[in-house]
Amino acid sequence: MPDQLIYAMEVILNGLMAGVLYALVALGFVLIYKASGIFNYAQGVMALFAAMTLVGIMNGQVPFAHLINAIFGGHITHFGWNIPALLAIILTMGVMVLLAWAVQHFVMRHLVGQEPIILFMATIGLAYFLEGVADLMWGSEIKTLDVGLPQGINLWIDETTYNIFGYGFFIDNLDIVATIIAALLVAALVAFSQYTKQGRAMRAVADDHQAALSVGISLNFIWVMVWSVAGFVALVAGIMWGTKSGVQFSLSLIALKALPVLMLGGFTSIPGAIVGGLIIGVGEKLFEFAVGPLVGGATENWFAYVLALIFLVFRPQGLFGEKIIERV
Amino acid sequence: MKMKLATVALSALMAAGPAMADLVFPSLSYRTGPYAAGGIPFADGYADYFTLLNERDGGIGGVPAKVIECETGYNTEKGVECYESTKGEGALVYQPLSTGITYQLIPKVTADGIPMHTMGYGRTSAKNGKVFSHVFNYPANYWDGASGAINYLLEENGGDLSGKKIALVYHNSAYGKEPIRTLEELSKKHGYELITLPVDHPGQEQKSQWLQIRRDKPDYVLMWGWGVMNQVAIQEAANIRFPMENFIGIWWSGSENDVLPAGDGANGYKALTFHNVGSDYPLYDDLKKYVLDAGKAAGAGDQVGTVLYNRGLYAAMLAAEAAKKAQEISGKADITAADMRDGMEALEMTEEKMAELGLPNFGPIFTVTCENHGGDALVGVTQWDAASKTWTLISDFKPTDGEVIGALIEEDSGAYAAENNIEPRCN
Repeated sequence: MPDQLIYAMEVILNGLMAGVLYALVALGFVLIYKASGIFNYAQGVMALFAAMTLVGIMNGQVPFAHLINAIFGGHITHFGWNIPALLAIILTMGVMVLLAWAVQHFVMRHLVGQEPIILFMATIGLAYFLEGVADLMWGSEIKTLDVGLPQGINLWIDETTYNIFGYGFFIDNLDIVATIIAALLVAALVAFSQYTKQGRAMRAVADDHQAALSVGISLNFIWVMVWSVAGFVALVAGIMWGTKSGVQFSLSLIALKALPVLMLGGFTSIPGAIVGGLIIGVGEKLFEFAVGPLVGGATENWFAYVLALIFLVFRPQGLFGEKIIERV
Repeated sequence: MKMKLATVALSALMAAGPAMADLVFPSLSYRTGPYAAGGIPFADGYADYFTLLNERDGGIGGVPAKVIECETGYNTEKGVECYESTKGEGALVYQPLSTGITYQLIPKVTADGIPMHTMGYGRTSAKNGKVFSHVFNYPANYWDGASGAINYLLEENGGDLSGKKIALVYHNSAYGKEPIRTLEELSKKHGYELITLPVDHPGQEQKSQWLQIRRDKPDYVLMWGWGVMNQVAIQEAANIRFPMENFIGIWWSGSENDVLPAGDGANGYKALTFHNVGSDYPLYDDLKKYVLDAGKAAGAGDQVGTVLYNRGLYAAMLAAEAAKKAQEISGKADITAADMRDGMEALEMTEEKMAELGLPNFGPIFTVTCENHGGDALVGVTQWDAASKTWTLISDFKPTDGEVIGALIEEDSGAYAAENNIEPRCN
């Protein structure tokens, strides 16, 4: 088999894995948009906030330590204990639920019935506020996140492909774990929305707010629940990306990777986010592999958007999005 | 001795004269935003050194130093606003800490007569003092970095790099592209093959670049990265099992922030430098006594001795030494920005001077002249030890290829002079 074809196969596999990571971020956007029609600009910052909170809890860091020290004097930084990863993840989830409640109680509740652009603006404000709070709460230094996920080359794949093709493929163990977790997450989300009372209520709200209200579904409760689930998805994305690069403020920029996925997969479809992520991941990696060297490289960022735009031209609602027909 | 006499004379002058204003050193810092992890230690080191001078020596030549911090968030527009809002405070020298801000400020500082120091960043050809009267980039610039890396590899390979393959992984920006021309020229001279691999901002996803490195198997990888790009690159290099001792970053890719997230995988990674590492210097004892223990540190005090803290402290030390030189030349303690510029242009850093300051071998020895605002272009190499979590300087500060770099600087600064109708000075 020609070398270039073998290399292309490795690129495709890595593109699929990268696509899963993009999809993890996109899922959070989809959940909130589907349930409330809000494009949540703060989703990337939520991933950052969740990851910072997780590291802070694991390391026993005192939240707002700088502020406390500045007001009361002293030099407290840590409680002096470390918390196991699993417990810390559960506690972080608790914080994300609190955050969801606060967002709903202090912001979104007051904006019910407003134009979508107003709600979008509110999430921009929320993003910057949350970034500032995260900085104040946990500090801005780069934090190492280790929840025990494996990293580095998968030796089994390397050896197996070497025996078949004479060239060992590189697949990162972390990407394999991310793929498994994403699959479980999507299965859980689908099961939740199809088979639980709260899930069905969420779908009812997504379909028609007024109708859902008329049958006694609490909008407040559903939206807190949706923001909590989006917070959980943000935590998972934050763990995956934070393990790769350390937890730092650039983590919020992973949202940029989710936008072409949403454009392609549609804003309202969970499977769309996954398929969109895979198409973007493979597309950008293959383009960089085949065309990148001819045009000086660094094509991935812009090509992802080109790919999404091409799909938009032919399917404006995205691959799996709901077609909007407004009768006059 | 001469310096001590000058200091005594200046102190006497100050005691006899009227009360003087502080010596103002604006600090265009970035303690917030995506790059805060790099900005905080630098700003802390910069401020703490001046605090030490004030607390221990009563300032510089008897006049207190005043650091005015202005938050840029590493944003060019905010950086220019900071300059405009602080220049009226009697600013002596600006250190914009960003190549983007530097480019915007070059015409402004020249028009306003305030010197600017861009240590290891900014416009490389500003080394040519004949064209850039108010910009200084001693002790080293990006092209020195590129040449320093190649010289180090030449040493590693018995002076011969022919047939070797060297990949450059760079931030796809003006900053990241800086070394390419120099590396291309050096490849013609030394016969190595150069592969360039751009990484788009911010650099969180680099799978394509590292798969290519795995396929092409370069002998060495150089990196011009910043922010999250550094951490991801080092992690990806560890993932593909690239030999870390053959991976060398520029000085902006060589702090603790860059290697810690990769854990043991980062062991052996190297970075270029123009100053020493650690805190095992007599000055740090004074720093502890007069600043940290006295509760006068700029930050939490947890950054002392880190690479970027040391860089901030080194920048402040060079500014303070230039101010002393300016006081010596002008014969007055309350110097102006014009005096400061003259002091910077006459700055000479010797081993004796650094030892006297409590920082022996902390940086390269160099001399600044009217023609040469970049110093002697000496570059060292550091290496990371993951077990002890420390950097070690593994080479002396060594000369770079003046022949190749000099020609490039002449070409670039000549073009700038022609564009801006600048008559060369220093005749």
